Amino acid sequence: MLLRHTPTEIKEREALTVNPAKTCQPIGAMYAALGIHGCMPHSHGSQGCCSYHRSALTRHYKEPVMAGTSSFTEGASVFGGQANLLSAIDTLFTVYNPEIIAVHTTCLSETIGDDLNQIVGKAQEDGLIPPGKRVIYASTPSYVGSHVTGFSNMVKGIVRGLPVKSAAKSDTINIIPGWVEPSDMREIKRLAKEMGVPVTVFPDTSGVLDSAMTGHHEMYPKGGTPVADIVAAGANKHTLALGAFASEEGAKALEVKCGVPFTTLDLPIGIAATDRFIQKLSDVSGKPVPESIADERGRLVDLITDMQQYFWGKRVALWGDPDQLVALSEFLCDIDMRPVYVVSGTPGKAFAEKMKKILADIPEAKCKNGASADMFLIHQWIKNGKVDLLLGNTYGKYIARDEATPFVRVGFPILDRVGHSYFPLVGYAGAIRLLERILNALLDHKDATCPETQVELTM
Amino acid sequence: MNMITKIPEAAAVKAEILEKYPAKVAKKRSKSMVVNDPATVPVVQANVRTIPGIISQRGCCYAGCKGVVLGPTRDIINITHGPIGCGFYSWLTRRNQTDPGEVGPDGENFMMYCFSTDMQDENIVFGGEKKLRAAIQEAYDIFHPKAIAVFATCPVGLIGDDIHAISREMKEKFGDCNVFAFSCEGYKGVSQSAGHHIANNQIFKHVIGRGNTRPDGKYVMNMLGEYNIGGDAFELERLLESCGITLNATFSGNSTIGAFENAHMADLNVVMCHRSINYVADMIEKKYGIPWFKVNFIGAESTAKSLRKIAQYFEDPALAERVEKVIAEEMAAVKDASDEIRPRTEGRLAMLFVGGSRAHHYQDLFRELGMKSIAAGYEFAHRDDYEGRRVLPTIQVDADSRNIEELHVEADPAHYAPRKSTDEMETLVQHGYEFNDYDGMMTEMEKGSLVIDDISHYEMERLIETYHPAVFCAGIKEKYCVQKMGVPMKQLHSYDYGGPYAGFKGAINFYRDIDRMVNAKVWKLIRPPWLDTPQITAEFASA
Repeated sequence: MLLRHTPTEIKEREALTVNPAKTCQPIGAMYAALGIHGCMPHSHGSQGCCSYHRSALTRHYKEPVMAGTSSFTEGASVFGGQANLLSAIDTLFTVYNPEIIAVHTTCLSETIGDDLNQIVGKAQEDGLIPPGKRVIYASTPSYVGSHVTGFSNMVKGIVRGLPVKSAAKSDTINIIPGWVEPSDMREIKRLAKEMGVPVTVFPDTSGVLDSAMTGHHEMYPKGGTPVADIVAAGANKHTLALGAFASEEGAKALEVKCGVPFTTLDLPIGIAATDRFIQKLSDVSGKPVPESIADERGRLVDLITDMQQYFWGKRVALWGDPDQLVALSEFLCDIDMRPVYVVSGTPGKAFAEKMKKILADIPEAKCKNGASADMFLIHQWIKNGKVDLLLGNTYGKYIARDEATPFVRVGFPILDRVGHSYFPLVGYAGAIRLLERILNALLDHKDATCPETQVELTM
Repeated sequence: MNMITKIPEAAAVKAEILEKYPAKVAKKRSKSMVVNDPATVPVVQANVRTIPGIISQRGCCYAGCKGVVLGPTRDIINITHGPIGCGFYSWLTRRNQTDPGEVGPDGENFMMYCFSTDMQDENIVFGGEKKLRAAIQEAYDIFHPKAIAVFATCPVGLIGDDIHAISREMKEKFGDCNVFAFSCEGYKGVSQSAGHHIANNQIFKHVIGRGNTRPDGKYVMNMLGEYNIGGDAFELERLLESCGITLNATFSGNSTIGAFENAHMADLNVVMCHRSINYVADMIEKKYGIPWFKVNFIGAESTAKSLRKIAQYFEDPALAERVEKVIAEEMAAVKDASDEIRPRTEGRLAMLFVGGSRAHHYQDLFRELGMKSIAAGYEFAHRDDYEGRRVLPTIQVDADSRNIEELHVEADPAHYAPRKSTDEMETLVQHGYEFNDYDGMMTEMEKGSLVIDDISHYEMERLIETYHPAVFCAGIKEKYCVQKMGVPMKQLHSYDYGGPYAGFKGAINFYRDIDRMVNAKVWKLIRPPWLDTPQITAEFASA
């Protein structure tokens, strides 16, 4: 047994988190910053933060993740990190020549009280920012919220730093895609293109964290949203914020700053959420939904009708980030599975309220989020009432093995499998792939464990 | 095969690399990049602050303390006191294997768990002591561990939580659970190295010497600085056992706190990773009289040499004979593998930029493959790891190192017992023994090779572009950058989820992995064929 000390008996904990279902803000800020073309993310804190975030993102994507750090020492921690950040900005522009640097804070620089607005202003005054180059920033204290909050805060930082207000509005629609994979951002752009809707997706890590092997390391790969496009986002017609937790604050900030109205939608994962996304995209652009997209949807519904015997009534435990969990739970309910245990380390009442509605027809469901909601708790729930399927990040493999339960990897981080950066989870095609993986997991488990007399040739 | 017929001259390469830096940066980096001469061993600047923004491989003090030294011990509950990130990122990511055996009272294993106080803003504002105390209590109530260790993250030092006082208080309260803490805030020192030192100090103060059990066996030793990445410690345990040598405690691969408590019951300390654990070796010698010397179990030849050195220390011909027998048996398979593989690797170039000992040790394996280590450097080592411990008196202690406590250790009045008499030690020294010593990396590297401390991303790219090595060794952050450049990259922290690489069987594993990496067909698939096919515009003659 790997998690041999996890007792079935549940004791209330107030202070100790065990096996967290979240991580800290700065990594989300780093991920969001990588979605701008030519951007060098920069971590203003001890160099360990940057090293940990780069390592975690690299293990998830199997791609280079470049970022700078202010390399705080004890001296900087006492006297403030201004000198370190100024030196870092100079070094980064001289040696690595990014178009833009996106600075985020850490628990260290936040606790000291470093003021990024002032330091970046000083860098400008001192001539450390070459003409035409930019430095944007976000405050991302690790002791507030989670990695999702950090993503959201960097999106806000991007909005604060780049878009320009314009009286004339274009036909382009902004899409803030939320913390999803490069494959998902690519899929969102494909769907918009299929609809004939011009969009600016930002941040956009496709072409950055799924870049091609060419024999050269590109410091700034082809992908990422061009700075000029984000600057122009202030003149766009509407913003769709996908995922309330990761994207709404950015969209709100853009409305306040540039007067671009926004609509918050769930992440388009599963059939109903994708329907709402497509419908909204059609509404705000005035473009009808083409037959090709109706066909994609039809293929998904076809798969569900054909396979519904395998989904019906199956108990699922899932953990991860709120935007994903909301959409996934709704989808699981739509295909008659039962999301009985849901855990997210990310705090926020809105999540609990939303989940309550989604899980209204599943009286046995338990859902918890916030500081003390962790994977230790969800494992204890599972020990008290077995499930048929686990959906979550790689750390679930220990539960899956101990409890001999089928496991489909979704979310962040996925350290031990590939696919998430290549194949989307969003849209109808993404839903088909998710169902394929769920079916494979359930049926592989059955094939490996059922009595020999019951091994089926056909599904 | 990308064989280099003429290797670029190191001094010129260095000058060219430095050109791009701002003057102040160039001046500083210049001292950390030296052209080696094993005869004179030039001074290399090491263990100094990283230049902000330069893109370094380094991590922090917490990573060195919690992640490296304490991480591999399975029966201590390690609570990270801080916001959630630090605990999360160090959760199982170092790949230390452990074998707790069956579930049961002796099968405690908390390594799959991540424990954190998950500090929130109110804990930063009003202090986190109350939450830490409660977290320790909850850990004790749920898991009943033998020991709980507390690790400070950056904000803890700033807000002034007294983690040591709380640990003392809880230890007294429990009575049957050792609780101790590490002030390993990420900003301390200049790299993971400060964390190693802090970990060494606290283990020495709070753990070593608490037991009094000596394992059965005639030749009892501890192995220091072996972390059981990819099962290295398992392989060495097997090897030592077959030689009849009893392993008491390993710091800290596949280890338990009980073994640490009894570390002073052994008769010898051998040190693998000098950087991370030399402090414990020194302190044990001073307090308990156990000599230490440096060994290296990476590379078949080095393994044989190290085993012989251990056997000779115990001065028993029967042991020496048994060790020779084991070496002869194991070397047969090593030779077969080497004979098969070496023709495919001979003469090719390797570069190693990693850790505090691996960039040195792994050169032995490349030598056995006939490969040349043209450039190397450490991520967090000190000058003594490059130039040898003889330079220790000349190392200037700067402000960053001065803040790391240096324990004052004296001989224990009750337990100090020199394992060898002065005469015996002298005789061994005459036979070539170097106690308390390490010659460092540079004495074993060729003249004209480049030694670079705390290499930056930019320097790494330039080196690769200039030398086109057959393989580059570093860590996860460098892995895919290097491979994007068309050069196979071997991770020497995680071993790319391979290994073990220690000992004789480990050497064979490494030969095979390097052979596979440098000769894989994929490197020839990078260029699309149409780029080399002239496009033919067909013209049809109209008839």
